[in-house]
Amino acid sequence: MLFLPVQSPPQLHIPDGFLSVPVAAAGWIVAAICIGYALLKTRGQLGEKQIPLMGVLAAFIFAAQALNFPVAGGTSGHLLGATLAAIVVGPWAAMLIMTSVIGLQAILFQDGGLLSLGWNIVNMGILGAFTGYGVYQFARRVTGDGRTSLIVAGALGGWLSVMLGAAATAAQLALSGAAALSIALPAMLGVHALIGVGEALITAGALLFINATRPDLLRAGRAATGSRSAIWVLLALVIALGLALVSPLASPDPDGLNRVAADLGFDSEAQAAPYEILPGYSMPLIENPNLTKIAAVGIGTLVVFGIAFVIGRIGARKKIAA
Amino acid sequence: MHVHFTDQYRSGSSLVHRLDPRIKVLCTLAFILTAALLPPGEWIHYGLLLIVPLLGVVVAGIGPGYLLKRSFIALPFALAAITLPFTVPGPQVTLPILGLTVSIEGAVRFVSIVLKSWISVQMAILLVTTTTFPDLLWGLRALHVPRVLVSVVGLMYRYIFVLADEATRLMRARAARSGEVEGHQSGGGIAWRGRVAGGMVGSLALRSFERSERIYDAMVARGYTGEIRHFAPPALSADDYTILVTLLAYLALVLATGLLFAR
Repeated sequence: MLFLPVQSPPQLHIPDGFLSVPVAAAGWIVAAICIGYALLKTRGQLGEKQIPLMGVLAAFIFAAQALNFPVAGGTSGHLLGATLAAIVVGPWAAMLIMTSVIGLQAILFQDGGLLSLGWNIVNMGILGAFTGYGVYQFARRVTGDGRTSLIVAGALGGWLSVMLGAAATAAQLALSGAAALSIALPAMLGVHALIGVGEALITAGALLFINATRPDLLRAGRAATGSRSAIWVLLALVIALGLALVSPLASPDPDGLNRVAADLGFDSEAQAAPYEILPGYSMPLIENPNLTKIAAVGIGTLVVFGIAFVIGRIGARKKIAA
Repeated sequence: MHVHFTDQYRSGSSLVHRLDPRIKVLCTLAFILTAALLPPGEWIHYGLLLIVPLLGVVVAGIGPGYLLKRSFIALPFALAAITLPFTVPGPQVTLPILGLTVSIEGAVRFVSIVLKSWISVQMAILLVTTTTFPDLLWGLRALHVPRVLVSVVGLMYRYIFVLADEATRLMRARAARSGEVEGHQSGGGIAWRGRVAGGMVGSLALRSFERSERIYDAMVARGYTGEIRHFAPPALSADDYTILVTLLAYLALVLATGLLFAR
């Protein structure tokens, strides 16, 4: 049997050509900030073991994505792996591992584009690691220390991480004007509700195996850096995504948007795509409409993320103080 | 599994092969950016862009057949945009074949997305078929991608073949133990199969973990101190500059005319 890791789980790797330049740039900004922070965090946690450990585990995720099991009618269940990695080595290290996997897939196998790599890293790596980890930690806290708890927490984390990645992908396609959100979102979520089952089953199975053989690894993962902030980062990402999803729905009438734009004197933006984060938004200092769009989308995403993160951290402090 | 199953590099000594990796990475990114910035429906300009990777493979001696065969890899994703012809508002036409009513603007946008995606992927394929992966990593490092990230990807590349071999052995072992008689159910349900696959993943995870410890020990024994050193980038040759400037000028021209004459 020929082994083909090139056939990784499909449909979340956005190729080039689908995302508009402002949307793609925003993804790169978010990804770059998260990667930079994760590099600092893991440096402190892993020290000089950082490179060998993360390199080999990235290769592991890459290989594990090709391990599948038959479901029905020729389809098979796959693993994306962000949740599993995050549970074992903590969310920040997992984020870097997934970044390496997704980056290598894009560069070497054209599995996902280069301009769209920023969002691909965010969707599958960053969102995946933090959703999986946050949900797992939360579920463990609620359901206790037993085997059932491990299965439930791992499966739930795996499933939700895939669903959130799918929702984010749909939102980015809609913002780029490459798909209508009203169709793309339910379609993506529908398909990935099933793909997520594969992720959930494999993640839970792998956790059971690791728990039976090396339970110390799972305890080490719980103590990894970022375990406390993980839930708040997750919350911030979810809120940012929620707003991005809602923004095109909030004003479904493009004519209305254009009128607002004209009223405010932003006529140059009138030919913009029907879905945009800050519709008709422009900054007086930048004349070039494309630069304006990049700045608007990037700043919008960052502001929302920043606000949500700060709110989350304040919430965390209060909880600790209480 | 061997390198040639996955690595697309085709060795050669053509001009394209000899170009500095930094230049090749920059040209590829500029090309893909240009494709993304072109407005929908600029068919002539898409054609002008397509010339670049085609010329590249001809000069590199790879042949356009290989490029075309590989370039359909991203096509399944077109499904994500397939609803555009039916959802974008505007004047509509009824197709003579299926009797479907599609919006002209939506159809133009859909075809543009698919074409741009197809053209962009060709340039990315040209890059990896003419550059070895270590060179590519070195180019990325010279272009200031974080050092740790480049080292992690480098180490990962070294071990994907080893771990993919292990994964293959796991799959073979499972297949050898999974007898099947036609007309009879074999094995358990989906949850059971998922758990078996999960066990395989968990086992591979532990082996990888332990392998990484051994690799770390081996690295320390050879003087590793937490830094992976790279050669200092050599100076760019005259050819490098010529190609970079020519291609950037060409792309700028295509983009400028494309934006200027946008409908």
